[in-house]
Parts: sequence; C-alpha cells; structure tokens
Amino acid sequence: MKKLSARRRHPLAAVVVLLLALAATGGLYAAFAPAGKAQADETAQSLAIEEGKRLYATGCSSCHGTGGQGGSDGPSLVGVGSAAVDFQVGTGRMPAQQPGAQVPKKPRIYSQAEIDQLAAYVASLGAGPITPTEKQYSPEGADIAKGGDLFRTNCAQCHNFTGEGGALTNGKYAPSLEDVSPKHLYEAMQTGPQNMPSFPDTTLPEQQKKDIIAYVKTVNGEETETPGGFALGGLGPVSEGLFGWIFGLGSLIAVAVWVAAHTAKAKKS
Amino acid sequence: MSSQEIPEKNLPSEQDTAHGAVAVAEDPFADPGLPPHKPRVQDIDERAAKRSERTVALLFTLSMLSTIGFIASFVAFPVEKIVYVWPLGHVSALNLSLGVTLGLALFCIGAGAVHWARTLMSDVEVADDRHPIEADPVVKAKVMSDFAAGAEESAIGRRKLIRTTMFGALAMVPLSGVVLLRDLGPLPEEKLRHTLWGKGKQLINMNTNEPLRPEDVAVGSLTFAKPEGLEEDNHEFNNEIAKAALMIVRLQPQDIKDKRELDWSHQGIVAFSKICTHVGCPISLYEQQTHHVLCPCHQSTFDLSDGARVIFGPAGHALPQLRIGVNDEGFLEALGDFEEPVGPSFWERG
Amino acid sequence: MSTVTDDKRKAPAGERVADWADGRLGIYSLAKANMRKIFPDHWSFMLGEIALYSFIIIILTGVYLTLFFHPSMNEVVYHGSYVPMQGIRMTEAYASTLEISFDVRGGLLIRQIHHWAALIFLAAMFVHMMRVFFTGAFRKPREINWLFGFLLFVLGMFTGFTGYSLPDDLLSGTGVRFTQGAILATPVVGTYISFFLFGGEFPGHDMVARFYSIHILLLPGIMLGLVVAHLILVFYHKHTQFAGPGRTNKNVVGMPLLPVYMAKAGGFFFLVFGVIAAIAGLFTINPVWALGPYRPDQVSTGAQPDWYMGFAEGLIRVMPGWEINLWGHTLALGVFIPLTLFGLVLVALAVYPFIESWVTGDKREHHILDRPRNAPTRTALGVAWITGYVIMLLGGGNDIFATHFHLSINSITWFVRISYFVGPVLAFVITRRICLGLQRRDKDKVLHGRESGIIKRLPHGEFVEVHEQLSRQELHTLTAHEQYAPAEIGPSVDENGVERKVTRGQKLRAKLSKGYYGEGNQIPKPTADEYKEITSGHGHH
Repeated sequence: MKKLSARRRHPLAAVVVLLLALAATGGLYAAFAPAGKAQADETAQSLAIEEGKRLYATGCSSCHGTGGQGGSDGPSLVGVGSAAVDFQVGTGRMPAQQPGAQVPKKPRIYSQAEIDQLAAYVASLGAGPITPTEKQYSPEGADIAKGGDLFRTNCAQCHNFTGEGGALTNGKYAPSLEDVSPKHLYEAMQTGPQNMPSFPDTTLPEQQKKDIIAYVKTVNGEETETPGGFALGGLGPVSEGLFGWIFGLGSLIAVAVWVAAHTAKAKKS
Repeated sequence: MSSQEIPEKNLPSEQDTAHGAVAVAEDPFADPGLPPHKPRVQDIDERAAKRSERTVALLFTLSMLSTIGFIASFVAFPVEKIVYVWPLGHVSALNLSLGVTLGLALFCIGAGAVHWARTLMSDVEVADDRHPIEADPVVKAKVMSDFAAGAEESAIGRRKLIRTTMFGALAMVPLSGVVLLRDLGPLPEEKLRHTLWGKGKQLINMNTNEPLRPEDVAVGSLTFAKPEGLEEDNHEFNNEIAKAALMIVRLQPQDIKDKRELDWSHQGIVAFSKICTHVGCPISLYEQQTHHVLCPCHQSTFDLSDGARVIFGPAGHALPQLRIGVNDEGFLEALGDFEEPVGPSFWERG
Repeated sequence: MSTVTDDKRKAPAGERVADWADGRLGIYSLAKANMRKIFPDHWSFMLGEIALYSFIIIILTGVYLTLFFHPSMNEVVYHGSYVPMQGIRMTEAYASTLEISFDVRGGLLIRQIHHWAALIFLAAMFVHMMRVFFTGAFRKPREINWLFGFLLFVLGMFTGFTGYSLPDDLLSGTGVRFTQGAILATPVVGTYISFFLFGGEFPGHDMVARFYSIHILLLPGIMLGLVVAHLILVFYHKHTQFAGPGRTNKNVVGMPLLPVYMAKAGGFFFLVFGVIAAIAGLFTINPVWALGPYRPDQVSTGAQPDWYMGFAEGLIRVMPGWEINLWGHTLALGVFIPLTLFGLVLVALAVYPFIESWVTGDKREHHILDRPRNAPTRTALGVAWITGYVIMLLGGGNDIFATHFHLSINSITWFVRISYFVGPVLAFVITRRICLGLQRRDKDKVLHGRESGIIKRLPHGEFVEVHEQLSRQELHTLTAHEQYAPAEIGPSVDENGVERKVTRGQKLRAKLSKGYYGEGNQIPKPTADEYKEITSGHGHH
C-alpha cells in the first residue's frame, strides 16, 4: 500500500484511475444492462421502436439531434436504414468516442437486442437499407472465384488484395476485413459507412455480395491457407523487403561474423 | 596542368620528409611486425582436436540425414496437404518440410566445413607480397615500341583512305541492327487519343455486365463501367479496358462546383476515366463524403466534385470526364468519346 | 632421388589427370600463383560473398523455374487446383506460375528461394558497396572494379524488376503499368519507346515474352560476365586489409586459399544457401495466387515494387504534379524529374571514386583500408547519400507506414518532401562531428593510454584515474592512417611577378580539398614527439 500511495502523484496515475473507473462502469453496465428479447408481432415492433427511442435519446441524440435530423457533430440519420445502425453500433464504431479523421472499430457497448431496438427506431425515421437476414449474407454455396474477381474490381483498391486494409487521404483508412462478420461485410457494402462508397443491390446484386463475402472469408479468415509459410502480414513487398533485410541479410551477416572470427586461443598456462 | 597545381608534397607519403618531420629515433608508432602466433586449444590438446573432429563429422552426418528427410518428405506429403503449424499458420506440409530439410542439409555442410577450417586447419597468418599493378618502364617501353612497329607495318597512319573508309564501314554496319528493331511495335499514331467510347455507347456495369439506368446509381455509391460491346473474352479486352475503364458516382447536383462537370453529368451522375493521369494506375479509392478519389499507387488525389482536378500528389492534370446522357430505353449512354487522351501524359499529348 | 623415381613408376590417378590438363591448359602455372593465395579475415569482407552466392542460387533455381514457366500472354481460363481462381481468365504466364506453386512438388519452394535470394542478393550488394565505400577500398587500383560492382547492382535491379513482372499478376502488372507511364513521360521519344517495348498499346500481348528473354538471357548474361571480371580483378589486385601490426601497403596478411579459404568460402556458400532455403520453407514471399491476374482496370492498395526499386517509388510518390504544356507538347515533370533523379542518385555512386581521386590528386595504389572515422568527409557524404536513399524508401512505403503507425499519408509525404533536402545535410554534419570526436578519442588513447578504471589517491590528496599505456601493436594500429594536407592554389603571381592563370576548376578543387582535409575537418594525428613528451614524465596523470 505504501508503494501505491507513493506513486499517486505519478503523471500516469490519473490515467490509470480513469481507466479503472471506465472499466468498472463498463463492467457494471454490462452486468446490469437489460437483455431485451426480440418479439415478432406489431406491438412488439412499436415497443422496440419506443425502447430504441429511449436508447437513442441517451446515447445518440447529442450528436445526431433529438429526432435524428443531424447536427454539427453528426450526420442526419433519416433514411440511413436499420442496416447502417446495425453496422455502426454492431462494430462498436458508434457511439463515437472522440473526434478524428475517422471513427475506428471498437468493442461494441450495446447488446444485439439493444442494437435491434435502436435500428428499429432509426428505420422508423425514414426508409433505408434493411438489416440483412442470414440467408442474404451467408457465404454458403457462393462462387469464391467470381467473388475474387468482383473484390479486385470493387474493393481491393482500398482494402488490399486480401482485405488487409489500406490508407486513404489525410489519416483516413480502409480498415482490415479480418474478423469482420459476414453480416457486417454485407451491411458495409449496402450502406457505405463513413467515407466508403455504397454498393447497392442495383449495381452489385445480393448474390455478388455473397460471392465477395465468400472470397474474403477464404483469403482472410481463421482457416486461410498460406501455403508458402508465414504470411508477413500479407502486405506485399514492404514487409518482404524489411524481412529480407533484417532477418535474411541479418542472419547471413551473423553467420559471416562467425566464419571470419578468430578461433579462441588457448589460455596461457 | 593539374598535377602542377596540386603539389606532390600534399600527399601524405611526401609530407614526412617534405615538412621536415624528422624520423624520430625509435619511433614509438613504428610497425612492430606480425605478432607471434598463439596456439588454439585444438593445437595443443589432442582431445580438444578430437572433439572438434567429432563435431564436424556429426554436422556432416546431420546433413546426410536431412537429405534423406528431404527425399522422404517429397515422397510422403501430397502437394496439396495443408498443416497448421504455430506460429506460421496453415502452411503447405511439403513446402515447409522440403525447405527446412534442404536448409538444414546445406547449412550443416557449411557449418561442418567452417568449423573444420576454424578449429583444425592451420590458423597461422602468413604475409604475401604485393607487386605494383603498373608495369615498370622497361616493359612499358617494349609495349610502346611493339605497338608502334605494328601500326607502322599496317600503314594505317599513312594510308588515310583505308582508315577513313574502314571507320565509316564499322560505324554504319550496326545501323542494320537498329533498323531491324523497327517492327517491335506499330507507330503510336493517334492510338492514345481514342477509346472505345463514342456517341450512343451504353455504359455497361462491370459487375453485372448489364446496361445501367440512372436510378441504379445511388448518391454515395461507386460503380465501374465499360463500353457496350467490350467483352472479357475479346482478344483486345485488356488493351481497350486500359483506356476505356470508367468510374461512375452520383453527387447532389448542388455539390458540383465545376460548370462543365455539371453540364456533362446526368442528374448528378458523373463519369470519369478510371485511369490515373499520372502513370495510369486504375484510380478508384473514392471517399463518398469528401468526393475525393485517391490513387493507390502514388497518392494523386482528385476532387470529383470540382472537375476531378488534382488536389494532391504527382498527377499533372485532371481526370478526363465522359459526357453522358440517357437513351430512349432509359439507359445511361455516352454522348461521345473522351475529349482528351486518357491516362498518363505523353509528349505529343499537347 | 633415383630410388624415388623408380618407386613412382606410375603417378597416382589424380596427378595423371592434372598432368593431362596441364599439358593443355597450363594449370600448374595458374595454381602456383593462386593455390596458396592469401586472403585476409574480416566479416565485412564476406558481404560480397553473400551477394555472389545468392547470385549462384538465383541462377540454379531460375533454370529450374524455366522448365515449368510459360512466358506467354495467351489467355486461358484457369481450372487448376487453387479454388479461388477457378474459372478466372488469365494469361498462361500467370496460370503456369499457379501451377508451379500448387501442382509441381517443390515448385513453390524453388520459387520462394528464387525470390528471397533475389531480395537478399540486392541487399547484400548494397551493403557490400557501402563497405567498400566507407573503407575507401574503391581507391586506385580498384576504381574499375567499383564500376563493375556498380553495374552489377544496377543490372540486378532491372533483372529483379523484369523477373518480378513475369507472373503477370495484379501487383507486378501495376508496376509494369507504372514503368510504361514513366516511359511515356520521356520527352520526344517516350511514346515511341513505349509502343516498341510493348509491341503496341499497353499491356499488349508481347510484354511477358520480351521481359522473359531480358530476364533470363540478356541481363543475367551480362551480369555473369561482370561477376567473372569482378572476381578476376579481386584475385589480381589481391584483397585489401585493415591497418595493423605487420600489415603494410606492400603485403597482404591472412590465411591461404588452400585449405582455409577453400573450406571457409566453400562452406559459406552452403551456409548462405541453407539459410535462404530455410527462410523459403518458413516464410511466404510474393503469394501471386492471392493477387489475381493482371487487368489494367483493377488494382490493390499497397502497390509497391520490391525493395530495391523502393527509392524510385518514393521519388515518384512525393514529387509534386508539375506539368508543362507548350506548343502542342506535354512535359510531365511530375514523372520526368523523379526519373532523372533516379539516374542521378545512382550515377553519384558510380563517379565518386573519380571525384575523390581528383580532389586528393593522389596517384598511388592503396591497399590499406581507411577506418571510416579517419575519412570524415567521405564518411559523412556516404551517410548523407544513405539518408536520402532511406528517406525515399520511406516515401515509397508511405501508405503502409500511414496505416501501421496511424499517420496521415499526406503528412508523411510532406515530411519526406522536406526531409529529402534537410535530412542529408543534417546527416552530413552529424556524421562528420561523430567522426572527428572518434578521431580525438583515438588521439587521446594513443597519448594518454586507456582508462583503466583504477582510482589512485596521490600523496597530496588528489584522486586520479590510472591510465594504462597501449601496447606497441595498438599504438601502430591507431596511428597508421595517412592524413592529406589540403591543396593550395598558391600565390596569384609567379616569381617573375606575372599574374598566374587560375582556372575555375582549380579553385573548385582547392576548395573541395580544404573541405575534405582543411583545418577542423580532420584531427591531426599524434606525432611521435608529442607521445614522447607526454610519456617521458611531464604529463603524468
């Protein structure tokens, strides 16, 4: 304890306390947060909208306005549809924590049930893309090779050949697609979150979205095969060059030092 | 001339005497000569030498075993077999085993040979004399006189006509080779100025291979198109798409700042060349909120809401825009070819 | 004697073979001069060997790859064993690369050895050149060998580039497109060169076949010749050595080729091959199957060339987009200036030995290497060059660095633009100061000995650290380097009072010479008198 109190004036102490407090609040919130149930009938739907409106008022309205009309800190949500909400809140991007070039992905803070309620509320503000069903986004039975071709035409320019992500202007970036669920991949194409353009069904039909999802899951998933060995991040020549210099040439120089070094002399007795 | 200007005395070897730095008697910095050779353990202890011998033999044996392992892996593992190896990932069993066994087999030969050289072969340093690379004056004089004699006997100096015509012939004969290179390719002519686009050509969606309607293209979406009639199995597909590839986005008409861009658009739908004007990469990193499009190769950035003018990076001019409209059937069509050459600048572009 | 010859009625088989060869090739005379040739030992002398061995590995594996690769741009629809490409239209070049990777047993390994060895080959040549540069090993009589080495490095870059383009995948195709764009930017002839090189418009149908013959025949053929010439010159000149006891400009000290160097250098070949083979078994390089076949309307972010072209990529990325349109012609300075700089940066390396020998006016042979600190200006120039090179490498990877260090690509580009001019100057100044500091430390060590860490209390109470005198060997090693005096133009009038003509070249030369060797630009090395005065008791500590 003595040690601890001695360090309470350390410049990082405030940060540590803040982190602890945040973690505690989050933990308590997670423990006590109501786990909503999805219901099918009309009344349940309007209940969900009501519930969503309440969540919206506390979590979202400060930026997006009380009626979703938007404000200086956030765009209008009228007409973005439930799919956009499911993507933004489901990937933890919303609610946003701090201003910056781009809102990053984080662990999500709402449960799926709450997200559905929020989505129902936002969808009630104006028609927009609807959260896809599993039948729509499941990569089951899709054409992987066709997906690859579509991916290289539509996606690779920002997200890299196998979805490792890449840079955009002024600190913005196209995120890595590793560990992104098929549903969220589908919603991103459908809605075009942040600076990503959308790829609506009229130009990229549902089946083709499935093909793309199947390709991404094949080349950038848990089970992705890298026959040649460790993939070095899949970033291409930059990581290969760094590896070649540091480990390739580095180990050869280490060997050269051994070859050229003088053998230990016998100690004078 | 120059050697007169930079006096020899500035060279270090001349300084000692020139500047009168008298050679100090018993120069403390003088070269004491090669230090005496000190023996290694292996030189005086036969047991240590024996140990070294065994190590070397062990390394050579390991190499043999590795080669056997290589052959065994080659036979045992099917080429398509994938295994999970931490931390490498899901890798080819064959590639991994062949690489490691081959690497070990080679490395052990090298390590054995070097260990042998380092511990058992003589490590007495010996000095070898150097001789100047330059020939001494006698040799030089002989060569010069031989050369003069040869030149004199050939009479190349006197018979100027022979000399001149010979040089002429030798200079001209390579021209045949240069002329032969002519058929490496056709002349550029106007080929870089035209694409497959033309009046009435429909915009075909790259993904679906169907013509596009204006209502298909939503605000904030990104679509790629090719000219009607260009199919992937066409022999010239790559050459044509390298010029004709099109990028289509829809803006709110009030967001379009450039008058000509607005005139050439259809209800806010604008069509720009997908080929960067810098060195020709397919540029298409479209940010739908800023309307900026970035090239992934060299980061040229264009503003699609302002005539696709360059706002950052090495590109020298805006992306060419294709003038579009809608035909009777309600499909998007081109109203002509690009007005300027697409892709990288070239000398004749003007 | 006679008994010996009687016993040896028949020489052993090996000797008979050697006799046979000697009668036709004169091998005994060759062996007399070379069999026990002396090579000095130092790890940095083996960097060139790494390059040589990786070159041999590249040739061996390259020959194997030609047995399976189809250098053709005919289009086929893929039906091989890699599922994510089935049904995709591609060139035979790409399809056969997939076949080498997935269907030929060991093909993937050989492809990866070939590519890793290429990266290491260029890297090893680079560090080998830097070793030669910083130790002054390029001085007379080795300037021509420096040029041979330089040519090998440049040809290696282009051999690498053409080979990297052969699989006709989306990444390399993007690189070829860039090259074509750069060719187009060449004034007057660019468009014609592009049409002749590609057999018409880009990408055409000839590129792979033409690059193939350049990659496997033309360039490696020239390189092989240069490598042989380079090695012959190394043998002929005998290797340089660092100063030390018994090592002079007139001898070479080390161990004989047979047996020690035979074993060490021969063994080192296997060590290099072994390390590269293991790397190729463990680490993926250029997974072409993940990249897709080339199409001029497709692209991926993170489009970089292999590292040795990275500085050119950097130059082209950070250049502002200047373009001149005059009299119906376009000059794309945004591409043409980087293209010119690319050449100048390399040519600066090639001509350096000649510049330095002009500045020193030194016509002697040099076989003793400089320690980098003892040639502060040269070392600083070298470090400045490397700094500029590395900054451009950073520029070439600006998008990867942006995403991985959460930076703005625009800020990185601006940083590179500015530091390309500031960085080398700073590096020059700092390096020279460090060198001079090290020279002072050496001088101090020679005159006052090494700090022993033992503290002694003098009778009157003062504490001093005991300094240990250096051995004669160490004294010689630290004072063996030569120091030039700066050149002077001399009086502007000659002894008869007539004005002397001083050309601008001479003035420049005197100025450069002062910059290299003038006061403050090198620390005068200790003289024997200084040493004697201090050690004879006046300056005890």
